[in-house]
Amino acid sequence: MTAAAARGGAPPAVQSLARERLHAALRSATLLIGLAILAFWSLCALFGARLAPQDPYADNLLATLAAPSAAHWFGTDQLGRDIFSRVIMGARDILIVAPLATLLGTVAGTALGLCVGYFKGALDDVVSRIIEALQALPLVIVALLALAAVGTSNATVVLVIGFVFTPLIARTIRAAVLVESDMDYVAAARLRGDGPLAIMFIEILPNVLPIAAVEMTVRLGYAIFFVASLSFIGFGIQPPSADWGIAIAENYSLIGSYWWTVLFDAAATASLVIGVNLVTDGLQSVFDP
Amino acid sequence: MNSGGAVPRHAEAQDTAALCIEHLDVLYRVGRRERRVLTDLNLTIRRGESYGLVGESGCGKSTAAFAAIRYLARNGVVSAGRILVDGRDLMALSPPELRRLRSESVSMVYQDPGRALNPTLRIGRQMAEVFEVAEGLRGGAALERAAEMLARVQIPSPQRILRNYPHELSGGMQQRVVIAMALSTNPALLILDEPTTGLDATVEAEVLDLISRLHAEFSNSILFISHSLPVVARMCDRVGVLYAGELVEEGPAASVFGDPRHPYTVGLMRCVPAYGRRKNQGRLESIPGFLPTPGSITGRCVFVDRCGNATERCRGEAPPLIDLGGRVTRCFYPERAQELPLQRESAAAALSEPPAAAPPSSPQPSSSTHLSSSPQPLLRARNLCKTYHVAGKALQAVHAVTLELWPGETLGLVGESGSGKSSLAKLLLGLSTPDAGSQLELAGEPLPPRAGERTRAQLKALQIVFQNPGSALNRSQTVRRLIGRSLRLVGLVGRAREVRLRELAASVRLTLRHLDEKPRQLSGGLQQRVAIARAFAGGPRVVVCDEPTSALDVSVQSAILNLLVDLQAELEVSYIFISHDLNVVHYLSDRIAVLYLGRLVEIGPSEAVFSGPHHPYTAALLSANPAAGAGAAGRIRLTGELPSALKLPTGCVFHTRCPRKLGSICELEEPPLHAAGDGHGIRCHIPAAELAAPV
Repeated sequence: MTAAAARGGAPPAVQSLARERLHAALRSATLLIGLAILAFWSLCALFGARLAPQDPYADNLLATLAAPSAAHWFGTDQLGRDIFSRVIMGARDILIVAPLATLLGTVAGTALGLCVGYFKGALDDVVSRIIEALQALPLVIVALLALAAVGTSNATVVLVIGFVFTPLIARTIRAAVLVESDMDYVAAARLRGDGPLAIMFIEILPNVLPIAAVEMTVRLGYAIFFVASLSFIGFGIQPPSADWGIAIAENYSLIGSYWWTVLFDAAATASLVIGVNLVTDGLQSVFDP
Repeated sequence: MNSGGAVPRHAEAQDTAALCIEHLDVLYRVGRRERRVLTDLNLTIRRGESYGLVGESGCGKSTAAFAAIRYLARNGVVSAGRILVDGRDLMALSPPELRRLRSESVSMVYQDPGRALNPTLRIGRQMAEVFEVAEGLRGGAALERAAEMLARVQIPSPQRILRNYPHELSGGMQQRVVIAMALSTNPALLILDEPTTGLDATVEAEVLDLISRLHAEFSNSILFISHSLPVVARMCDRVGVLYAGELVEEGPAASVFGDPRHPYTVGLMRCVPAYGRRKNQGRLESIPGFLPTPGSITGRCVFVDRCGNATERCRGEAPPLIDLGGRVTRCFYPERAQELPLQRESAAAALSEPPAAAPPSSPQPSSSTHLSSSPQPLLRARNLCKTYHVAGKALQAVHAVTLELWPGETLGLVGESGSGKSSLAKLLLGLSTPDAGSQLELAGEPLPPRAGERTRAQLKALQIVFQNPGSALNRSQTVRRLIGRSLRLVGLVGRAREVRLRELAASVRLTLRHLDEKPRQLSGGLQQRVAIARAFAGGPRVVVCDEPTSALDVSVQSAILNLLVDLQAELEVSYIFISHDLNVVHYLSDRIAVLYLGRLVEIGPSEAVFSGPHHPYTAALLSANPAAGAGAAGRIRLTGELPSALKLPTGCVFHTRCPRKLGSICELEEPPLHAAGDGHGIRCHIPAAELAAPV
């Protein structure tokens, strides 16, 4: 009966897990709407210059603060620039800075969380207390101080937000690594002489990556909001960018009479954050129904 | 005390069964697909009867139980059939009626009592609630009834237990509380879903005794669900064998187990190592193939793919339940069931025929052979101690264990949870550091205590097969990678590594196709084969098997045990085999060590440990074995709780539960390990000769 052992097979249900997830993803309205919003803003960021009907940087002192009309769908600002074109162009910087900052925070946080969770002991005690101390401070204040010290540019904003996010992500990853390092496969790796680096990055890391990915999408929403806030107070993206946060800062004193100068930029920021959050929720429900 | 429960029910109700399931089909909706888990299930439990439902995991036992109280998971649907509980049609009941039925007529006891009890409420509060809801009692009166119920399940001081939280009780105690709650309303039907699976052998024996006695006292009907044939055989009047969602055989317990008429029942019974059977008396039987996905087989017999008796007729039409007079079977050839051909394993096994050298029945085959062939033990532990520090207190997990392992032998480690079996294994492997003064030697050379300090050769020599392959195999790696990474230890790369990998896979009967799959795509048995291949990758000299089959079904268990025996015969590896299943340990082991609270209480050749004289604890363990078939009078039951390892008893640690305690000497002096014959040692103040005599 040689066939007996050879007949071993996986239940068909398991093999199609990836396909089942794809089907679930295609049925998830939350995910699809979120992706549509993200795709829209990504297109604006990539091809904004060609999509914008007018030059977003061109002043027109004859048409300042014009209300929305057929010529200017979203009206014009104090310098007579077309707000519709500026909203489209405004997606570019924030969609570069926020994802890069999130990526940096996720990579650094995952590495830190892996080390702390794997070695435990004194290292864990020290790092965890530092993380808690950092978390006790308002993040915006920490970021402001850091930016004031190193100067403001897109690169420093990425670094600072990445730095601020690192402990948050490290905490989540640490908790997951604590669970993983109690698993027997880690003991098995030690018994074949694998060193700590090999165990952390080859054995454990792939199993905590899904958690890191979810954490990253959650953080991306925060990062967008964070960048917009920093830009609003002048420490984020710098003019002459058409960034939404800057536009809101420049015009919010006019909100009583010229609402269109603020509303569309604010709505754009909100829609991007909502889009990211919808994708996060959608992904979570697909992977963890 | 309200003795209403003991009075037989009204005579006119005798004709209505406690549970009657007719032509029941249950589906689960997964995504858009429907999976049928129960097909045309018919069963009737008469009043006062105890009915056992047996089968392996995934065959629909629990689904049947949940359907019987209409409490299926959200995606479960009863698509056909009727369920009558106490004569009432369950599907026709309105939600309030259903709630009333559940509170009055049916009770259920689950496998894990820790999850059945609310951790934030005291036992008293949880139990009183039953009486408040069912009988409208209030406050003190309800608590009083709760205390009465606890007394009836033989809980020593009910008033104290009522004030406890669930986590303050042991598993056995928790399960008694759950059983007491279930019986509080004196239900017509009591459903027990694997009630003792999570418990230790001696505790299981006690709980089973309790259930039997309560059954006699309350005369409820019982639906007893279990994967364990010996347990069901002991507990039930009638049994049903479930396979892939169909009842394949049903009848009185004695006739189903004594004279099975379905090949699946025959196969299941052959898989379990019989009481007292040894590895040199031949291989264990296994059932080839895998349980089919429920509902995937239509128009033919569900068991046809794994059946040695199958004919064209079995492939072309589904057999109906055939009445054999008082019992039924779903097989065209019931008279041939017991002629089921013996299962020969695959070609790979043929490469290394079972040890031809093993003499059929020489009394002590191995314990004498290895002594002559090898002058020194392979692994030696002296005075091995491990103390953990928990909140400033010392917890002795392992205390002064001295043992030797000879080349090619299997040392069985037996003991209940908390006895230090796994802690001892970890110490030997270097996964935890022993206390100062402990000594380890490998082939005469001192062995560093930590895995990180050991040389490659030493690491290679000592490997482990863990209990739970789900945790032992990295879920993100393919089988090829899982085994391949261990081959690096022997310095194999490239082509040579691939060749060796294929050899290894073949030696554990994995096919090439499996190499590219990930653990979750494999069944539990296949996963454990991967874990075994990994342990053997470096050519180990000692493999610790930590309950390697306890997470597996019986039909798979025997195949894994056979594999371990084959590999040992072929490679002359030594095993330290940890298990709570005495029949399995007995089957596999040349010598057996019994642990209690981290101390070695008995060690010796397998036959001597089983035949006696026994340490009183070993005697209780052996007597708890449901397959041992000891009459109720001959059973030794331990009383009292396992002491906390944080507050060990003085003197002999077993004196608090020992049925043969001598007196103050046991409380004051730790007994020495007395010699009781050839290599047999017993740690007891009672001399071996006296221990051999019955109590």
